[in-house]
Amino acid sequence: MSKVRYSRRSMLKTGAAAMAATALPAPMVWGQETKDIVLRQFGTGVSNLNDVANKVKEDLGFTLEMTALDSDSVTQRAATQPDSFDIADIEYWICKKVWPTGNLQAMDTSRILNYDKIVGIFRTGKLNPTSTIAQGTAPHTVGFVEGPGGTEFVDNESGWMTLIPTIYNADTLGIRPDLIGRPINNWSELLNPEFQGKASILDISSIGIMDMAMVCESMGEITYADKGNMTRDEIDRTIAIFTEAKRNGQFRAFWKTFDESVNLMASGEVVIQSMWSPAITAVKSRGIPCVYQPLEEGYRSWGGGLGLSSNLSGMELDAAYDYINWYLAGWVGGYLMRQGYYSAVPETSKAFMTENEWGYWFEGKPATDVITSPTGDVLAQAGETRDGGSFEERMGAVACWNAVMDENQYMVRKWNEFIAA
Amino acid sequence: MTDQTLTAAEPAPAAAPRRRAPGRHLAGWLLALPLATVLGLFLVLPIIMIVIVSFWGATEFSIYPAFEFDNYAFLIGSDVTYRVFGNTIKYALITWAFTLLIGFTVAYFLAFHVRSLTWQIALFLLCTIPFWTSNIIRMISWIPFLGREGLANSALLSWGVIDRPLDWLLFSDFSVILAFVHLYTLFMVVPIFNTMMRIDRSLIEAAVDAGATGWQVVWHVIVPLTKPGIMIGTIFVVTLVMGDFITVRFMSGSQAANVGRLISNDIALLQYPSASATAVILLVTVLMVIGILLRFVDIRKEL
Repeated sequence: MSKVRYSRRSMLKTGAAAMAATALPAPMVWGQETKDIVLRQFGTGVSNLNDVANKVKEDLGFTLEMTALDSDSVTQRAATQPDSFDIADIEYWICKKVWPTGNLQAMDTSRILNYDKIVGIFRTGKLNPTSTIAQGTAPHTVGFVEGPGGTEFVDNESGWMTLIPTIYNADTLGIRPDLIGRPINNWSELLNPEFQGKASILDISSIGIMDMAMVCESMGEITYADKGNMTRDEIDRTIAIFTEAKRNGQFRAFWKTFDESVNLMASGEVVIQSMWSPAITAVKSRGIPCVYQPLEEGYRSWGGGLGLSSNLSGMELDAAYDYINWYLAGWVGGYLMRQGYYSAVPETSKAFMTENEWGYWFEGKPATDVITSPTGDVLAQAGETRDGGSFEERMGAVACWNAVMDENQYMVRKWNEFIAA
Repeated sequence: MTDQTLTAAEPAPAAAPRRRAPGRHLAGWLLALPLATVLGLFLVLPIIMIVIVSFWGATEFSIYPAFEFDNYAFLIGSDVTYRVFGNTIKYALITWAFTLLIGFTVAYFLAFHVRSLTWQIALFLLCTIPFWTSNIIRMISWIPFLGREGLANSALLSWGVIDRPLDWLLFSDFSVILAFVHLYTLFMVVPIFNTMMRIDRSLIEAAVDAGATGWQVVWHVIVPLTKPGIMIGTIFVVTLVMGDFITVRFMSGSQAANVGRLISNDIALLQYPSASATAVILLVTVLMVIGILLRFVDIRKEL
């Protein structure tokens, strides 16, 4: 019964809309049709948040369907299932694997309103005019192509961008200061025999090898021409050092997921390990001291961005540009920055953060009040400062970026040998 | 069609017996059809696909149809493969020995010591209670128990048995095998219990009357008669352990690898052809093991 009434009512409504559409020109039609647009986005759980999809619906009117996957599945889908998405939220180093498949299209930077405000690392590779460019797959090296349909990356701001940078951070080692009881200043401490059986590294080869390289270089064992693009010899030597350490019982375990790293640290199985910033927060929120230790050699950094499917065109493409412009306009940036990540356009995010939050997360100042996450968890008390200090101090000290090497397949095989050793 | 023409040509009374034989034949085929279709679609076809893909080639981001032996050549040429297969077989053998010992003892207790059928069923059901939760939960719950600050270590410390926590309890071969034994012993208990219940009790009486001791009864009467159950249990445990990679990953803290982990690593890195080749070799290995086991027992007689 109610069904009938509903359908009659919706018919009346459609009729009214049709009449209005004929009476009033374009804008009304546009407004009506935007509501029917559905953009499908996928990416890792880091930035594919339901809160963002809800806010998009509220602000822009169209529907954003989010699918959160793990890093490996993200690569897999972007490379092999081009019809399954409109927007790919992928990491810059994955770009090297995905771009040659032609599944993504370049973006016209003149349509991106805040393009000029995007931080330098994504445009020129330099945070400040004076800073040096880090090793590895630095985002700007895979950030531009020569034009629409271009397959080669170019090293200048060509006006055609592969990904719009959205989220990035600087990673380092996490430690348990209460169980170590002395300052830790170098990556080499990961293999210090003092922590035998209490160290861990992540078992995701393309990231793990970079952490290994930071350690080997810090130990003075190997000097790399480019940590992000090692030669076979460098890979062999790096893995050999870690295999020896593994045989000597240096490692307690290897972790593959965020939760595993949290549990290893929180249970005291491990006192020093590769870690990600939100995992540190998760350990801390259990009342267990944990520090994201700034180290002399600097950080291993990563960045993610939004890419457009090559299938997008017409109104959907316009909606996607609207979405990207909205993304850089500050609300998402504020949301991400209040979790400890950085936004591509920090200055627009400022409007969506309190002065206390901006000071703590971006400027490295002591908190003047309690700092909470966007979901309400307490992350820091008044008086505390952020590990590693301000944005300039942290992002200015990046030593290398997550990378895909020319010898990637060889490296993966060697990595498997390391795990099986 | 021939059938129908025949029926039409022959006079009615003679047609009846003639039609019967092919009709029965058809019914048999029809009855077998659903299962055959399901097995064909979901078992045989995927395996054929895996074998085909194992000869394909792969790059960083794509796989392409080809017929090359690269995947197998790499597998056979790498000493990691041998080490990992060695590890897999080691886990299977040790787990088999423990599950057999425990499974046989439990089944023996249930079948011969517990007298009333009600209690037998009640205790048997008790054994299955842990299986009401998922495999992964049962496995992961060992981690806080065995950890450096876990229950086992703190209990041993407070009893004064040890003066510093034992590290080898967790993230070691010990914890992997412990979890395997915990997860798979029931697969040994059930078939052994099943065969034991079918043993004619008068055989045991006869053996006792003939002067056999308790051990002699077990060794010369019960064990030989339980052999089919042991073999079925063995097939379960060995195939499960050889295919399981999650247990190895979690309980060894990713420090050890078996063949399953090799395959899952390959899949994660988009190397489907190489994963398929490893899977084919694992499948052949497992089939060989089962083939050998089946030589010891006539499984048809059991079913």
